[in-house]
Amino acid sequence: MPAISFQSVCKTYPPSRQQRAQNKPGLRAVDEVTFQIEEGEFFGLLGPNGAGKTTLISMLAGLSRPTSGTISVRGHDVQRDYAEARRQLGIVPQELVFDPFFNVRESLRIQSGYFGIKNNDAWIDELLQSLGLADKATANMRQLSGGMKRRVLVAQALVHKPPVIVLDEPTAGVDVELRQTLWQFVARLNKQGSTVLLTTHYLEEAEALCNRIAMLKQGRVIALDRTSALLSSAASNVLRFKTDADLPWAIAQNARITGRIVQLPARNALEVEQLLASIREAGVAVEDVEMRKADLEDVFLDLMAGEQTPLEVAR
Amino acid sequence: MINVTGWHALLYKETLRFWKVGFQTVGAPVLTAVLYLMVFGHVLEDHVKVYGTVSYTAFLVPGLVMMSVLQNAFANSSSSIIQSKIMGSLVFVLLTPLSHWGWFFAYVGSSVIRGLAVGLGVFIVTMFFAMPHFVAPVWIVVFAFLGAAMLGTLGLIAGLWAEKFDQMAVFQNFLIMPMTFLSGVFYSIGSLPPVWQTVSHLNPFFYMIDGFRYGFFGVSDASPWLSFGIVGTAWLVVSAIAVHMLRIGYKIRG
Repeated sequence: MPAISFQSVCKTYPPSRQQRAQNKPGLRAVDEVTFQIEEGEFFGLLGPNGAGKTTLISMLAGLSRPTSGTISVRGHDVQRDYAEARRQLGIVPQELVFDPFFNVRESLRIQSGYFGIKNNDAWIDELLQSLGLADKATANMRQLSGGMKRRVLVAQALVHKPPVIVLDEPTAGVDVELRQTLWQFVARLNKQGSTVLLTTHYLEEAEALCNRIAMLKQGRVIALDRTSALLSSAASNVLRFKTDADLPWAIAQNARITGRIVQLPARNALEVEQLLASIREAGVAVEDVEMRKADLEDVFLDLMAGEQTPLEVAR
Repeated sequence: MINVTGWHALLYKETLRFWKVGFQTVGAPVLTAVLYLMVFGHVLEDHVKVYGTVSYTAFLVPGLVMMSVLQNAFANSSSSIIQSKIMGSLVFVLLTPLSHWGWFFAYVGSSVIRGLAVGLGVFIVTMFFAMPHFVAPVWIVVFAFLGAAMLGTLGLIAGLWAEKFDQMAVFQNFLIMPMTFLSGVFYSIGSLPPVWQTVSHLNPFFYMIDGFRYGFFGVSDASPWLSFGIVGTAWLVVSAIAVHMLRIGYKIRG
């Protein structure tokens, strides 16, 4: 039985008042998404802003309903059998939300209570320790920094020891120390058998942690494979150099340009030679030339730059 | 300590929420009610007798107690829901296995607790101004509970419906406040012209206060059984609406 199953899931938002007045249709945020995540996997869900990642997770969490299709968690339908499905899930929401009336320990005790768990202090203490919150247990939520609030969100999601953990961009805007603490802790839970679904903008995190990845674009799954397979599908090497000059169009259209840094896919030595020859012919001066192995970001950018998927809409 | 079941945890959290700001949620309404009593009692004590023999201050005490119960029961559920919706912290409850019934009993239950806590506070302070009678204490308890539950449920509906504080203020200031003030808190309906008596009888809040007052004086404008029937039916109707809104996730689940 899969830990999470999405079957032909669609989500169409009704048109806003303004869209109706202009006779414009609503937005199809998720379009026929089907995939499964097996027990014990560390699964990455990637995509640019607006790709439908958070919508998909909202439907998984029961925060919104699919327009069509079914979603289940360890065999429990998130609509029909929502109570059992939610017991299986620990979700770290993307927004930095907190209840200003309570301190950290009270928040965790209350959250335990919602799941019918009493006398949960031993596990709460372990969570506080593991997430570096032990000295903040009696601090009011309002007094915590953004990073500390994020840690509490993670603790709240894990307070009922869910077998399936969903992290929706948990490291957005947090410092390196928290990232390290968080990933060590989540990796440990994964090794102990928890299934982890991660969405992130930090592709190096996904590459380092996830054994399988799905990429979303405009509500559709455009890639779904093992991380190693996705990496091998891209050009195996990248030519990297710095320049102040404009590149010829034929080269620039394939390049990833960040300020002075230019990165070009190159499968083999012949392609590298051809690229450098073209650059020399164009009279472009380059420096700090080097080769590196392709990473997940290259795969991601290749796929995102591919042919535009038509955005289906509904009235 | 938190109880084992989910809705007990939500009830505990909602009660702790208002208790942590007790000066604002309990102390302030008690002071407001005492000020009403002092001002209106001072001005009208020598000029008005109600039900023939009851002094105006003594008449006013149960009305003020009930008004405080109603307004604070409404404020509890409505403010909690709208605040947590706007701040996003409602997600902590939305992600749990709590059923719509769990939500309903927890939010209404904590509203009843706050309403009764404020009502008790108002009663304790105002009894020094006019010691009331307890002719039918069972009716006092029944109407205090029903009134608080009714307004707690209305607060739940308002909190779910409103998307911003402005909309909540409309609900509170243009519906709850006038219906409370025009329900006979400060006067006996019997003293009104016939037309306004008829209008007052269409206001369910009138029956809450009238039935509650009957428990103190054994005299009321309407039969306590009639008031019980109307208030009880009204509560069942608004409860059905609130439970339905929670079941479909009205404005809280997309």
